[in-house]
Amino acid sequence: MSGTFVGMPAFPKAAHEAVRDTTLRGNLRHATHTIRAKRAKAVAEVSDWAELREAGRRIKDHTLRHLDRYLVQLEESVTAAGGTVHWAADADEANRIVADLVRATGETEVVKVKSMATQEIGLNEALRAEGVHAYETDLAELIVQLGDDRPSHILVPAIHRNRGEIRDIFRSEMGEWGRPAPEGLTDTPAELAEAARLHLREKFLRAKVGVSGANFMVAETGTLVVVESEGNGRMCLTLPETLISVVGIEKIVPTWRDLEVFLQTLPRSSTAERMNPYTSTWTGTADGDGPRTFHLVLLDNGRTDTLADEVGRQALRCIRCSACLNVCPVYERAGGHAYGSVYPGPIGAILSPQLRGTQSEIDASLPYASSLCGACYEVCPVAIDIPEVLVHLRERVAQGGVVTQRGAKVMLKPAKGHTAERAAMRAARWALGSPGALRAGQRIASRSRRFHPRTLPGPGRAWSASRDLPPVPAEPFRDWWQRTHGGQGTGK
Amino acid sequence: MSSRDLILARVRRALADVPADDTPYERAVPRPYATEHGDRTAEQTVDLLAENLADYRALVHRCTTGELPGTLARLLAGRGAGSVLVPPGLPGAWLAEADGVEHVPDAAGSTAHELDRVDSVVTGCAVAIAETGTIVLDGSPDQGRRRITLVPDHHVCVVRVPEQVVSSVPQALPRLDPARPLTWISGPSATSDIELDRVEGVHGPRTLEVVLVSGADEGK
Repeated sequence: MSGTFVGMPAFPKAAHEAVRDTTLRGNLRHATHTIRAKRAKAVAEVSDWAELREAGRRIKDHTLRHLDRYLVQLEESVTAAGGTVHWAADADEANRIVADLVRATGETEVVKVKSMATQEIGLNEALRAEGVHAYETDLAELIVQLGDDRPSHILVPAIHRNRGEIRDIFRSEMGEWGRPAPEGLTDTPAELAEAARLHLREKFLRAKVGVSGANFMVAETGTLVVVESEGNGRMCLTLPETLISVVGIEKIVPTWRDLEVFLQTLPRSSTAERMNPYTSTWTGTADGDGPRTFHLVLLDNGRTDTLADEVGRQALRCIRCSACLNVCPVYERAGGHAYGSVYPGPIGAILSPQLRGTQSEIDASLPYASSLCGACYEVCPVAIDIPEVLVHLRERVAQGGVVTQRGAKVMLKPAKGHTAERAAMRAARWALGSPGALRAGQRIASRSRRFHPRTLPGPGRAWSASRDLPPVPAEPFRDWWQRTHGGQGTGK
Repeated sequence: MSSRDLILARVRRALADVPADDTPYERAVPRPYATEHGDRTAEQTVDLLAENLADYRALVHRCTTGELPGTLARLLAGRGAGSVLVPPGLPGAWLAEADGVEHVPDAAGSTAHELDRVDSVVTGCAVAIAETGTIVLDGSPDQGRRRITLVPDHHVCVVRVPEQVVSSVPQALPRLDPARPLTWISGPSATSDIELDRVEGVHGPRTLEVVLVSGADEGK
């Protein structure tokens, strides 16, 4: 039911429209500024933040380096604890596995914990096609689902909506999906939360199948971890008889002890809390407590292709905290929808083009959706150098090269739209290597400066649409230097 | 080729450029970070727990073992609870004075709808973390199944101080058994989903009361 990202326009076009939406900009500015200050305070409370960040980076790098070994170990531990492990090479396979598992229970509805992986593969739409209703239970996901909208933030998918808009969506849509919104619902956050509690409770209490993702999977013990705030996660993880978790293969950590790092850095980076209200951990199935059947679907869907890129693989360290979105000046102004992916913001700009490839217009434009200011790198709790990867991906888009797609190495051609840029670069290389030509060119430019246009014609128009062309001086620097001997002569 | 073999083969090919490295895990990841933040006495650690629990809107009470039954009875009465869920291994003395309230045993067969009709639940805990204001439940007999602390709207959790309290997350993990289903609770249910501002009270218990009980051994 929720909107899809298929056929998204390239980032610049989508962003161009988004920045004119004053409500959207107001909502985003308010929300991101609120969380920025709080995050800084929560991080400052911990004197060893730099050490925790470095340990997080190393744990993830080590895991990725030995990912094959840890995947096999995880499979063994989960199986030994009573779970069943499935492997899905791509989105279609994962959706098919989940749909088959749900069908085998005979149920036609599932309750879902917020999960980026299931968003990424479009699970809700796939289940819908099989006649299964998937109910999102996270408050923000509920707002997105009821509004037939798309998520715009990793942590708070409805960040683009303010309280008044949320009230309107609840009033008009809740009745279509189940229990209607209470009479006279106002826009106070407490009342909106109460409305969600009442609406979803009947679904939790009757649910037989739960679907989740996971924040972490511990290879040595087979333990899965879900970090949340509202209690909807606990409902979905404990009340149903069958639990199906769809998790990206990069979510592994080797040992139980490793959680001591991430359970300190994730809540502080994410919601700016010392600890989130609820964290659930489970290992297979437990006698008499929680689901009797547990399935784990391990998802590749472009992750191994990303792992093959020496520079880009660091994106797989991401723990989906969304701190980089909240500090990003581009995200704050353009909003999440412009990124055309369930992963918006700086991390999305490096993750989406790697998971999906850079062939589509939107994916080829994402590495440019940044001013390279570096704020994202600074706040990242696993030290992903997002600017470095952005520049690397820009090079791939403009020049092409060898990349891995679906496990096979392929030669990418330069993306369309960069022909003029490459021609300009070739011309610059020739001119800068030919002093005579450079001098002649500079003199012509100086003498003709009264006739220079304010914007570039042809393929350069897009570039100059948002930039002022630099004014050309009346006299080239080299001529001035020669004439005045570096300013010491008489001619000033 | 199965998808399992396909994915594992892709992983190995993807890492072809990385030199072999058999450094043991303990040495591959140095851990110079702190095992706790600050230097506190056991008493100060309990104070910090109380402070951080309250900061996230849990209601904190303190009493001795002898006062515990009276305290629990008072909290249930103050809430106007008509019924209270009792985990199978809750010490009998704890609810001895709560006689105006119907005691509902946690029966394996009870449905979610039945749990939804109970007003309150009283449990112990496995460990409490002072720095983060967290209590951890591990499904031991004095805590019961996960669902009984989830569906009722009022949770009273008893923490034996100072022995069940640790300073930090790194100190808590070794005390916990990952094979058991764990629930880490830091304040009542909350959300930041409306304008990224925290609001208490969504799906979990909207009221969390924590009783810090000292001198726990005498009462057993």
